[in-house]
Amino acid sequence: MNLQQYNISENNFEQCIKCTVCTVYCPVVPLNEDFPGPKHAGPDGERLRLKDPDFFEKSLKYCLNCKRCEVACPSGVRIGDIIQSARIKHNTDTPKLRDMLLANTDFVGRMSTPLAPLVNMTLKLKPVKAVMDSVLKIDHRRVFPSYARQTFESWYRKHAAEQQQNFRKHVSYFHGCYANYNYPQLGKDLVKVMNAAGYGVHLLEKEKCCGVALISNGLINQATRQGKHNIASIRRSVVEQDMPVIGTSSTCIFTLRDEYPHLLHIDNADVRDRVELATRFLFRLIDEGKLKLVFRKDYKKRVAYHTACHMEKLGWAIYSTSLLRMIPGLDFVMLDSQCCGIAGTYGFKKENYRTSQGIGAPLFRQIESLGLDYVATDCETCKWQIEMSTSVPVMNPVSILAEALDVEATIQANR
Amino acid sequence: MGKTGNGTEFDVIVIGGGATGAGTARDCAMRGLRVLLLERFDYTNGATGRNHGLLHSGARYAVNDGESAAECIRENRILRRIASHCVEENGGLFISLPEDDLSYQDKFVESCRKAGIEAEAIDPKEAIRLEPSVNPSLTGAVKVPDGSIDPFRLTIANILDARAHGAVTLTYQEVTGFIREQDRIVGVQTYNSKTKERTEFRAAIVVNASGIWGHHIAGLAGVTVNMYPAKGALLIFGHRVNNMVLNRCRKAADADILVPGDTITVIGTTSTRIPYEEIDHMHVTADEVDLLLTEGEKLAPALADTRILRAYAGVRPLVAADNDPTGRNISRGIVLLDHASRDGLEGFLTITGGKLVTYRLMAEWATDLVCKKLGVNAVCRTADEALPGSRLTKEEEKRYPVGNVYRAAESRHGELARQMDLHDAYDNSLVCECEGVSVGEANYALRALDATDLASLRRRTRIGMGTCQGELCACRAAGLLAKAHNCTEKAKHELVDFLNERWKGMSPVAWGESLRESQFSAWVYEGNCQLGNNKKEVKP
Repeated sequence: MNLQQYNISENNFEQCIKCTVCTVYCPVVPLNEDFPGPKHAGPDGERLRLKDPDFFEKSLKYCLNCKRCEVACPSGVRIGDIIQSARIKHNTDTPKLRDMLLANTDFVGRMSTPLAPLVNMTLKLKPVKAVMDSVLKIDHRRVFPSYARQTFESWYRKHAAEQQQNFRKHVSYFHGCYANYNYPQLGKDLVKVMNAAGYGVHLLEKEKCCGVALISNGLINQATRQGKHNIASIRRSVVEQDMPVIGTSSTCIFTLRDEYPHLLHIDNADVRDRVELATRFLFRLIDEGKLKLVFRKDYKKRVAYHTACHMEKLGWAIYSTSLLRMIPGLDFVMLDSQCCGIAGTYGFKKENYRTSQGIGAPLFRQIESLGLDYVATDCETCKWQIEMSTSVPVMNPVSILAEALDVEATIQANR
Repeated sequence: MGKTGNGTEFDVIVIGGGATGAGTARDCAMRGLRVLLLERFDYTNGATGRNHGLLHSGARYAVNDGESAAECIRENRILRRIASHCVEENGGLFISLPEDDLSYQDKFVESCRKAGIEAEAIDPKEAIRLEPSVNPSLTGAVKVPDGSIDPFRLTIANILDARAHGAVTLTYQEVTGFIREQDRIVGVQTYNSKTKERTEFRAAIVVNASGIWGHHIAGLAGVTVNMYPAKGALLIFGHRVNNMVLNRCRKAADADILVPGDTITVIGTTSTRIPYEEIDHMHVTADEVDLLLTEGEKLAPALADTRILRAYAGVRPLVAADNDPTGRNISRGIVLLDHASRDGLEGFLTITGGKLVTYRLMAEWATDLVCKKLGVNAVCRTADEALPGSRLTKEEEKRYPVGNVYRAAESRHGELARQMDLHDAYDNSLVCECEGVSVGEANYALRALDATDLASLRRRTRIGMGTCQGELCACRAAGLLAKAHNCTEKAKHELVDFLNERWKGMSPVAWGESLRESQFSAWVYEGNCQLGNNKKEVKP
């Protein structure tokens, strides 16, 4: 008898049994009554949109794309993807100037770094903030990440590229916009840790922004172009040179691995498994007995780990936290896994500011109550949000590893 | 006005609350007659509510029955006009697959043209562009003006208009016998299954419009109408797979029509002769499901991996031509029997056969005969006057504020959605999340559309027709029902009945997600709601 053995629908939207646990886990639902929640916006809404595209609701833009609904779903429904795909398919609004500026992290970064001191100062001026608030609708309370005077790429070319040939093993580094334009120290830390572990670090051929902000701001064609370019570069590294690609931003890596095929329909099946976070790469080497990390004896810090939403979706927090727990002098605290509210460019928008801070409030309270030296997280936008909303500095786990690492001892241990 | 000499209250009694009965009640009322309509259960409970919901262009009949085809296309055009809120102008394709004889296509197109149906052979590539779900191995396609029609809305719209013209329409009134004076029927005896009351109603003419049950009704009146029950099973898929109606371009066969309607897609149908005794106990068999799926996948391969919500079956009211005791010359055309000339029984007519699409024409024929018998000179206006719900102009549609709750309500009820209370957050909250039915819409159906129980509320609004099949909405709807009737106990029993009825349709296709869904529903209602402590009440 025909029992439809393989009835798996696109995005698994028919696998939804309406249990509604996704809506329970949605960080937006309790704070924004205009957002109908993931179940209704996702699988329920999809049926109505198939009946008549006019059922597309603009309120779908309130979705953070945090994917916590997908993590919660016991039926494997890609709820976040359904919502984002609906926005891609049905939204007819042309992106505003503000959205273009926020989305083009690459372009804006390239323009800003040569003038970094000026840009950083200007963005802190009250009149500038007032204008951005009223004209661009970027909330005046939002603190902008500052730009670096020198990009990671130019530092790398001047100071690191040459030495990388001295290693026997090699990886490519997808640094992302943040490490390149805002915080090159993260890239430097990655090079330090990988070099100590015996790996040469290389840049991809003309890396472009992963495009996550382009996707969430509706600039799909541009995102697809950049995505295809990136996957071609990654393919050259992985397939032609046998160099896996590692990153330090959970969102960039998540986008390269999952958003490309699911939302942009870019086929990455041949390289996907070899694109991962540096912490996962390192942990697995240690776990397989192929690597030892030796840490400084005098390192004493109390650090709490915040699980970024895309980290939760990847299921990879365990790698970062396990590495941090290996540092003998590190007093480790695990924060409750909850969204910080920033969701990339979402929290920058004036209309989302209240929701954004409301979502993060319980997390901020927990962080303040713990007496921490650092919060560790794999996501740069979580870092901005937590640093803006609490008194605790935020570090990428790779930077903490770099700080705690005894480089010489590590090199010796792996000889 | 009809002659009402011997104290009859009504000019005409119409038996049957399907499309034909409702249409006849409307037509009679619009011609100034005093009308009573009696329905044994709820409106649309019979074949009207158990078919494809296909707005036939007539193309399917063109080759074999040009007359029916011509009737279909005329009525198709009329319904687009008068019942726009029930109709989706989706268009249809008749596709040829490699196993089909492509030369049939020429004959088909020619026959369609003769019947007045616009049929245009198109390139298979164009067909795939128009309807991406179609089997890509098709070798030919013909575009025809098929569409979809919602029989529930259509029937209720007729009921509402009949009432607006003075008709009285009653549900749960089963006709148990006739009042006969010599060779004349002068009324009926009824039994109300809700109130357990027996009543007599008198009228100059009784119209038997009770579909397959017309066989039984005719028997009560002492005449014979030979009905040949043909069971047709159908499957409902979880979402719209296709946007155009898909047919096979060949001699009509089993499971070769795929109809998109509202949020779902329906494949059908099988055709099995069944004994008359079984017409109230339809079950879809495993073989039928198998056949429907296997054939359906040939029309749209996506059906192979699309979730099936439920299976159901209806009984076609086919009538054997008179003087044919073998039943071989079964007509699919309209059959109007004047029992005075046929059987010597005055005051009694039977209108049957036909199709959902020709319900209005059937009603017109029946009403013409009623008027002739009553000596009434009034012309039929049912083809010209739009039904309630279809009276919105495009301009008006645009002027009304639109949100998804109102949009969903208007897609089902047309301008009648404006009569709903949708003022505050509570009114706008959803009872049925799958179909987008609000509290305001459900309350409107309870108040104005004769929704007396959960099953009728479902037919009026689509509550419980979506993916979850009642899992989330049934208890909310029961709550509204309890409030409306001021009786919690009755609503609780209704809830159990409703869930069991939903399970009945799910059980033939209970695998995969449908099975998980039904199991989850059972947990919710047995575990959380403590419903059905007696295991027999809530299955599985």
